[in-house]
Amino acid sequence: MQQTQYLIIGASHAALSALQAIRMQDAEGSITLVTRDDALPYSPTVLPYVVSGRSAPERVALKDGVWFEQNKVGFIRGAAVTAVDAAAKRAKLSSGEEIAYAKLLLATGAAPILPPIHGLKDVRFHVLRTLDDAVGLHRALPQTKQAVVLGAGLVGMHAAENLAKAGAQVTVVEMQPRVLAGYFDAEASAIIEAAFAAKGIKLMLGAKVSRCETAGKAVRVTTDSGATLDADLLLVAAGVAPVTDYLAGSNVAIDRGILVDDSMRSSVDGIWAAGDVAQAKGFYNGEKTLNGILPSAVEQGRIAGMAMAGDPALKPWPGGVPLNTYTFFGQQAVSVGSQDEGEVVRKEADAKHYLKIVMQDNRLAGIFGINAPFDPGVMWEIILRRIDLSSVREAFIKDPQKTARTIMSKTWR
Amino acid sequence: MGAYNTIAFKPEHCDGCNACMTACATAKAGSADILNSRIQIVADGDSFELAMCRQCGDPKCVANCPAAALAKDAGDGVIAWDGSKCVNCLLCTVGCAFGGIVYNAAAGHVVKCDSCGGDPACVKACDRGALNYLTTANIYNEVGDLEDLFVPGLAGCQGCNTELIMRHALRRIGPDTVLATPPGCIPGMGSVGYNGLTGTKVPVFHPLLTNTASMLTGVKRHYKRQGREVNAVALAGDGGASDVGFQSLSGAAERGEQILFICVDNEGYMNTGMQRSSCTPFGAWTSTTPVGERGHGKTQDAKNMPLLMMMHNCEYVATASTAFMEDLYDKLDKAIAASKRGFAYLHIYSPCTTGWRFPSQENIEVARKAVETNFVMLWEFNPRDGLRLSRPLDDALPIDAYLEVLGKYRHLEPEQVAHIEGTVKKNAGFIRSLAEGRHPAMAQAVSGRA
Ligand SMILES: Cc1cc2nc3c(=O)[nH]c(=O)nc-3n(C[C@H](O)[C@H](O)[C@H](O)COP(=O)(O)OP(=O)(O)OC[C@H]3O[C@@H](n4cnc5c(N)ncnc54)[C@H](O)[C@@H]3O)c2cc1C
Ligand code: SF4
Ligand code: SF4
Repeated sequence: MQQTQYLIIGASHAALSALQAIRMQDAEGSITLVTRDDALPYSPTVLPYVVSGRSAPERVALKDGVWFEQNKVGFIRGAAVTAVDAAAKRAKLSSGEEIAYAKLLLATGAAPILPPIHGLKDVRFHVLRTLDDAVGLHRALPQTKQAVVLGAGLVGMHAAENLAKAGAQVTVVEMQPRVLAGYFDAEASAIIEAAFAAKGIKLMLGAKVSRCETAGKAVRVTTDSGATLDADLLLVAAGVAPVTDYLAGSNVAIDRGILVDDSMRSSVDGIWAAGDVAQAKGFYNGEKTLNGILPSAVEQGRIAGMAMAGDPALKPWPGGVPLNTYTFFGQQAVSVGSQDEGEVVRKEADAKHYLKIVMQDNRLAGIFGINAPFDPGVMWEIILRRIDLSSVREAFIKDPQKTARTIMSKTWR
Repeated sequence: MGAYNTIAFKPEHCDGCNACMTACATAKAGSADILNSRIQIVADGDSFELAMCRQCGDPKCVANCPAAALAKDAGDGVIAWDGSKCVNCLLCTVGCAFGGIVYNAAAGHVVKCDSCGGDPACVKACDRGALNYLTTANIYNEVGDLEDLFVPGLAGCQGCNTELIMRHALRRIGPDTVLATPPGCIPGMGSVGYNGLTGTKVPVFHPLLTNTASMLTGVKRHYKRQGREVNAVALAGDGGASDVGFQSLSGAAERGEQILFICVDNEGYMNTGMQRSSCTPFGAWTSTTPVGERGHGKTQDAKNMPLLMMMHNCEYVATASTAFMEDLYDKLDKAIAASKRGFAYLHIYSPCTTGWRFPSQENIEVARKAVETNFVMLWEFNPRDGLRLSRPLDDALPIDAYLEVLGKYRHLEPEQVAHIEGTVKKNAGFIRSLAEGRHPAMAQAVSGRA
């Protein structure tokens, strides 16, 4: 049986970031990386661009074989972990092989949720989470005239834009009354909605799909208001859920995701979890939540890797902050922090510009912009450090980018 | 991974003229609009702050890029952006906490500093001295590729920079060397070796304190007669150079022997219990200049060894500090070259964590403060050009900035501090007059051996 000091399940952002952190501290300890994808590591975030053809599938690899060799990492691809025996410290692979580990990182991310829609299972539909999904969608593009996207979250919106750019007539159906509800308020969403509408994309907001069925070559989607849409491509983008099925019987505590402490340790000794699969402390209220975004996966992965390798420089997880950058039709929407932890100290919105700043007790709680210049990473740090802005409050409200850069340069440069 | 060059910002010299930003915007975007500049100087009242890419060692922008469009170039350390892979997701701007990579509306994608391929436009445009392109890293990479001619595991005190001096010097001097290490810290930490094995990969011997330069003279002449070109090198302490070893040193210098004599000056006999030497400065505590009811440290000023050596009209004489490595390497190269023609003397200051009593991590900072206060001065001499300053003596920090970091001066009375201050001023004035060619000694030195 293969033995390894560090076993990492998953090969995406959380996994790679952990791996690098381990190697910073432990140059020699054996590391094995296992992924169920039969591909070099890639990011789900790049997939909309694989769908559109902007990114060639063979050019999206985050690491290659040479890198694995240099870092002395055993890379097993195309094999899913099917079970973990935490007592014996072994993981079982779909190939039948077993791997014994000393330390285990679960970085299996999330997978699309299929909403309980009558008939969905019996029709042809797509999801978008893996490279195979993206390549499949890309191949389907030329034949697609009518596309229906379920869900106006990031995945759905990215896909809708790219489907439209490829020439399809696209309709997005969303239960919430607005798009990207998790990251933007009604005014900001309205700017995004207008941009989509201007490109001929139909947004059906506050609508729920009640039924799917095959109608000739098309899939017929019926909403609860009785409207029907015929699609030759149906994309289900109704959210994701952590991938934890392989942990059945392992004693690893799971709520919505794998519950972890501030160094990404799970409830079981010798097992850590990071990224979309993990349920870690939120920054604002300290409750454990899912925060399925790429920057969190990178940070959590790093912390887990440092903890696993015993790196004394480890700083505990400060808590998840909602963050996003969203580019649509050449415009930039950026959302850093919480909409509802404090008072709005500045807000302006017109057709092509939006800026909102939220503060609590003279500390930054959130900043949101469309085509508004500020540095998201600097703002994130200002939130995490809970920097007291009372002495620069007016300046910050007036020119957040410049003031934040000054704070950065003085505080952590 | 190697060390890399870097753009350094000194806010105290910046007056907000924006020349750097204009130059960058012009170079990178073909427009003078400073919005396009990859370096952003931000005014904060009367002072200036900086936002630009640090070319991080563990870059978060790279970790956050889903498209593999960013990568650190192993050659020059620059985080390079590949426009053919970038998908404009802006996640790199979330990862970077320095405002180092930003969306640029004119370009329609993220932009960042690329150090202009090693010749940054901003640095060239700054005439205030606020931006410098530090290339010190080149030295480390270059020297790192040379063979380390000492064995691993020398047993120096924690934080001592003598090991750094020895290893780097010998790497540069190379394997065709016979090395003399008279009694002191250098053999003490194992360079002559143990149990019949040497601590170096070149022939090394352990002369008496008194005869280092004479023995090297013999070694060098012997090889010369055999027709072999070898470097005859001494790595000696200040005691061995300035006290009992001075007679043979002075003789060899006067005869113009082709020797490279490196004096590692830690201001005393540190390995034998921290006794005073003639290089110990006024007021310093040592075990033979104790501090108590009657003693207040050394009562004499230090002998100025490098100046004495200069007065021998050697082929090359220089002072150096490990806080200024580019300068040190430059002088080492000149000294090696000069030792093929005549006597070369290099005086390197080496703060002693144990004997001077300061925290072991502060060594380089102590070395820097010594220079910044003019307590020691960096200069070089050759008979053709006379003495040249390697660093201006103006704008020196107050002497307290140096004295207060050292335990060996903790007891100083105000009069003693005043004395030291006076000595430093006098020495600086003297060196300055030599550098300006005003001092009669300079004329004499330059014409000494015709
Ligand atoms: C279309 C799309 C667009 C997105 N856009 C954004 C965005 O703009 N901004 C943002 O912040 N986030 C975005 N995200 C989310 C972001 O991609 C995730 O937060 C991030 O990838 C999480 O990384 P992770 O390492 O935790 O997990 P994942 O990236 O999900 O990777 C999980 C890894 O585990 C492997 N794996 C899973 N189960 C097993 C098993 N049983 N055995 C072996 N291997 C297994 C998978 O093969 C994969 O390698 C987007 C996601 C998608 C799908
Ligand atoms: S862009 Fe930011 S994170 Fe990236 S290397 Fe530069 S300073 Fe570091
Ligand atoms: S904007 Fe470009 S460089 Fe930056 S993270 Fe996205 S793909 Fe990478």
